[in-house]
Amino acid sequence: MDNIENSPAADAGGNDITRRGFLECMTWAGTGVLWAVSGGLPQAVGVGSALAAERVAKPFTFLQISDSHIGFSKAANPDTLTTLGQAIAKIKALPQKPSFIIHTGDISHLSKDDEFDNADQIIREAGLPVLYVPGEHDVLDPGQGKSYLDRHGKGSMGAGWYSFDHNGVHFIGLVNVVNLKAGGLGNLGDEQLEWLEKDVAGLSSSAPIVVFAHIPLWAVYPEWGWGTDDSAQALSYLKRFGSVTVLNGHIHQIMQKIEGNISFHTARSTAYPQPEPGKARAPGPLQVPADELHDYLGVTTVNFLQGDKPLAIVDSALTS
Amino acid sequence: MTNLLTIKTTSRVGTERHHLSRRAMVRALQIVLATGFFMSGVIAPSLAGATDNTITVEISNFVYSPEVITVTAGTTVIWVNNDDTPHTVTATEEAFRSPPLDTEDTFKFTFTTPGEYAYFCALHPHMTGEVIVRPIAG
Repeated sequence: MDNIENSPAADAGGNDITRRGFLECMTWAGTGVLWAVSGGLPQAVGVGSALAAERVAKPFTFLQISDSHIGFSKAANPDTLTTLGQAIAKIKALPQKPSFIIHTGDISHLSKDDEFDNADQIIREAGLPVLYVPGEHDVLDPGQGKSYLDRHGKGSMGAGWYSFDHNGVHFIGLVNVVNLKAGGLGNLGDEQLEWLEKDVAGLSSSAPIVVFAHIPLWAVYPEWGWGTDDSAQALSYLKRFGSVTVLNGHIHQIMQKIEGNISFHTARSTAYPQPEPGKARAPGPLQVPADELHDYLGVTTVNFLQGDKPLAIVDSALTS
Repeated sequence: MTNLLTIKTTSRVGTERHHLSRRAMVRALQIVLATGFFMSGVIAPSLAGATDNTITVEISNFVYSPEVITVTAGTTVIWVNNDDTPHTVTATEEAFRSPPLDTEDTFKFTFTTPGEYAYFCALHPHMTGEVIVRPIAG
C-alpha cells in the first residue's frame, strides 16, 4: 500500500529538532540516549520515544463511513444512494478538510458491479482519498471477493489487508469477512494474523495505531454474529502500544468500549439502522419512521491531536 | 415405493400374462409414479416421506425453518428467503452453495446421496441448518 503522503505544509511546526538534525545526532549517540533541550533544561529522551515524537506530525482529521449497502432498496431505506450522497455532502461541508475517508465495508449490498460503481461515483464527490476494507456483502461475487479486490484491493494482501502511515499514525486495514465457518463469527485467519504480527513488530510503542475492519473486533453480541473469533490474538500484538483505536462497522449503530490502551468504536451506517443487541428477533434492517431515518445514519470524524493525546472521535448523524 | 410398484404392476398387468414391451413397461412405471404422488398421502401415509420429492425450508428472522430436516434420497429441498436481507445456503462440506438469495429468491438442491449435510449462511455464519438424507427404503 502506498503511503499517504504528508501534506505539503508538514514539519514546520514548532519542532526544534528537524529530522535531519536528529539523524545527525544519531550518528554519534552511540548508547541510544538522546539529549534534547526543551525550555532550557536538558532532558534524556529514550531513542524509541524520540523516534515516535519525530514521527508524530501535525494534527489531522479523517472520516469513517460504513455500510452504504448500495443495492438495498427495502422499506428500511428505499434509496441508499441518496443517503450516501448526503453523507458525502456532509463531509464536503466540513470546515477543515480531512486527509482521507476510511470505509469500513458493506459498500455494496450484493457485490454487483453496478452497486460498486454507483457507490464509487458518489464517494468520489468528496474529492478525498478513500481507504476501504470489505464487508461480507462485498464478497458475494462468484469469485468470492475478486470483484472487490479488482476495485479496491490494489497494494493489499490476501483478501485485502494492508497498512500505511500518515502523519506518524500507523493505519492497519484488516479483513474478517472471508472463510467464515459455520456457527462462527468474523474471522481473520492465520495468514493475516502472521502478517499483522510482523507488520507492527518494528514499531515504537508510542506510535499511535488505528485498526479498521468490518466486523467488530470485540464481542459486541455473539448471538447475532457481532464479534470476531480470533480477534484476541490480533489484539495481543497491539497491547504494548500506548494508543490503539479500533474502528469497525457491520452493526449499523454506535458502540464504544475501552480496554486498557485500546479504544473500540463502531460507526453508523449510511443506509439503514439495525436493532440494538437483543432488542429484536434478529439483526436485520430496522425500519424507523421516514422522518427519523436520518437520525440513525451518519458519519464519524476522527481528530488526531498532536502528542500523546488520544484520538477524538465525533459521530454526527445525517440530521445534524 | 418398491411395494407400491409391485402392487400396481401386478394389478395393472393382472393375470393376463402379457409380455410387456420395454416401452410399455416404462409407460406403466410413469403412470405408477404419477399416481403415487397423488395417492401416497391417502393410501399409504407411512410412505408419504418416500414419495414426496420436494420440501421447503423457509429462511426468516435469520433462522432456517425447519432447522433440521430428514428426507429420502431423491428429494429436492427448496429454500426460500423471506428476510429483508440476503442470505446464502452454503454446505459446510461443499456439496452445494447457493448464490446470494435476496428477498423471495429461492435455491433448490436435489439430494441423491444419503448422508448428513450441515450448511450455514455465508453472510451470517451463526445461522446453521442440516439436511439428513436417508436411503430409499428397500
